[in-house]
Amino acid sequence: MSKKPEDIKERLKLCLFVTGASPNSMRAIANLKTICDAHLGKEYDLEIVDIHQQPMLAAEQQVIALPMLLKMAPLPIKRLIGDMSDTDKVLKGLGLSK
Amino acid sequence: MATKRTTKTKTSAPVTLPKVLTGIAGLDEITGGGLPKGRPTLICGEAGAGKTLFAMEFIVHGAMQFNEPGVFVAFEEKAEELTANVRSFGYDLNKLVAAKKLRVDHVHIERSEIEETGEYDLDGLFIRLGYAIDSIKAKRVVLDTIENLFSGLSNQAIIRAELRRLFEWLKDRGVTVIITGEKGQGTLTRQGLEEYVSDCVIMLDHRVANQISTRRLRIVKYRGSDHGTNEYPFLIDNEGISVLPVTSLTLANRVSSQRVSTGIPSLDEMLGGKGFFKGSSILVSGTAGTGKTSMASYFAYESCRRGEKCIYFAFEESPEQIMRNMKSINVNLEPCVKDGMLIFHASRPSLHGLEMHLLVIYKMIKKYKPKTIILDPITNLVSVGTVSELKSMLVRLIDFLQREQITVLFTALTLNTNVNEQTDEGVSSLVDAWLTVRDIEFNGERNRGLYIMKSRGMKHSNQVREFVISDHGLELVEVFLGPDGVLTGSAREAHQLLEATDDALKTFALGRKDREIARKSLMLEAQIGNLRSEFDSVKEELNKLYMEEELKKEVRKNNLEKITTLRRGGKTNSGSSTTKK
Repeated sequence: MSKKPEDIKERLKLCLFVTGASPNSMRAIANLKTICDAHLGKEYDLEIVDIHQQPMLAAEQQVIALPMLLKMAPLPIKRLIGDMSDTDKVLKGLGLSK
Repeated sequence: MATKRTTKTKTSAPVTLPKVLTGIAGLDEITGGGLPKGRPTLICGEAGAGKTLFAMEFIVHGAMQFNEPGVFVAFEEKAEELTANVRSFGYDLNKLVAAKKLRVDHVHIERSEIEETGEYDLDGLFIRLGYAIDSIKAKRVVLDTIENLFSGLSNQAIIRAELRRLFEWLKDRGVTVIITGEKGQGTLTRQGLEEYVSDCVIMLDHRVANQISTRRLRIVKYRGSDHGTNEYPFLIDNEGISVLPVTSLTLANRVSSQRVSTGIPSLDEMLGGKGFFKGSSILVSGTAGTGKTSMASYFAYESCRRGEKCIYFAFEESPEQIMRNMKSINVNLEPCVKDGMLIFHASRPSLHGLEMHLLVIYKMIKKYKPKTIILDPITNLVSVGTVSELKSMLVRLIDFLQREQITVLFTALTLNTNVNEQTDEGVSSLVDAWLTVRDIEFNGERNRGLYIMKSRGMKHSNQVREFVISDHGLELVEVFLGPDGVLTGSAREAHQLLEATDDALKTFALGRKDREIARKSLMLEAQIGNLRSEFDSVKEELNKLYMEEELKKEVRKNNLEKITTLRRGGKTNSGSSTTKK
């Protein structure tokens, strides 16, 4: 699947919350990288936050399950939890699937 | 069963398990010191049972009274909503938050926003919680209600594993935790949270029987500690939750030999001249309109006059009504109310269940510390429970009152049929003194006869007294025992009049007789006088004759001497001797 500029009016703003170097977190980062590279090219901003380092953010961003990918823009806001191993669901969550 | 629970609540003094006080009135007594310290406690119950308030009180009391800051993790309500909800109970969460005594963390899980893309854990929750606990050095944590996780996330296996880990982690941190959970079908909680929380489980219940709801609390489980196992009613009012601990039934209450007046001198007279014992329970029963409320008001009034506080629990009439009615018999309760000596608490029995009434009475007593209370009438309470329930409630009430040395006066309505003297039977054995006012129907009118059925530990009259209610007040009048039996009312008065007439007639008759005798004696007196004067005159006559004779004798003698002298020619001496021959 290639990027569709008409679908993405805004740049994707993503934020991945992880906890240090837990296996889930490592997998999530790797999986997400793969997906983004394959489907988004450079059309996104990704921030990776280690919630251990900034625990205040956990309450602010309603973080419960980790790892969590927060799609802040474009709306609607989506929270993708898990190690991003289910590519279809990740794409659906990011609004990239058909 | 009853005694067992008291021993349980009583013997929990040597505590091995460290506990933390909840600050919820009554609960700490049942649990023997509060919830297990450093362990999770599950509070379960249906919607609206009071779980959130319970948990909030635990946190707020901890922060305010015990210097134990707390974290409230709300899965359902936002912090602002919670703050607004508990403001009506007088808790200002914002102030506590500002003072770093409290932290409210709203955990929001929006199912529609969430997409599960593989393996995950709940580290986020751990980190949030850990951060919140560290930021205020919290000792108490509430998770209300963690079950929302199950609706927000679909991977049950992960949630269950993580919950187990969460509780272990919380235990390691040494915080005392309350977890709330909605009651499920056949299980304590919908998601089986009890599986994770094995130390203490408290169930809240909100039952409706006969359209009257009663809240109850039961400690289902308390590992490592004695606890009351019964269902305890509890109340949520403007001061939050209060649980009514069942009072001791060991009958080891101290007693007083002090006496309190009934307010009716003639009734005191019947009770050995001094009235009731202080701290005793008195039942006044009678059919409708026999003056039970009047008697109760007298007692209340007398209490106030002695300077002792009194609470009047009215289940039938409003305070204004009672005050107005009592004015007509010369008892003005208004000043007492103004002085704060007399407190009225009027409520319909159907307002809430029996236990709730007991709780209200209990709370009122704790608040005002009266010396006398009045329940008028207890019979109405049967409408919200059965006779046996009422009895059990009264047993506990009397017990509590005795412990507090409060004199209580119950009034009870009995029905004329005599078949239905239920309340009498149920309660009369519990009370110390029992007065009953009965209708005496005779001569086309109804009058009230007062009997003292019993009065423990004092000499009391066995006589029936007529109970008269007039503009001046209550009075007991001795009934008239005539030849036709006991006479009351106008018959008594008629008989008294009759007696008075009789008396008057009798005295009149007596007077006449007296006068007759006096006259007769006067007559006799006169006769005696006559006779005496007759006697005098006879005596005088006799005397006269005698004197004449003497005189004659003298004269004759003189004459004879003269003659003899004459014959002898001067030898009068010899002459006299011859005449003597």
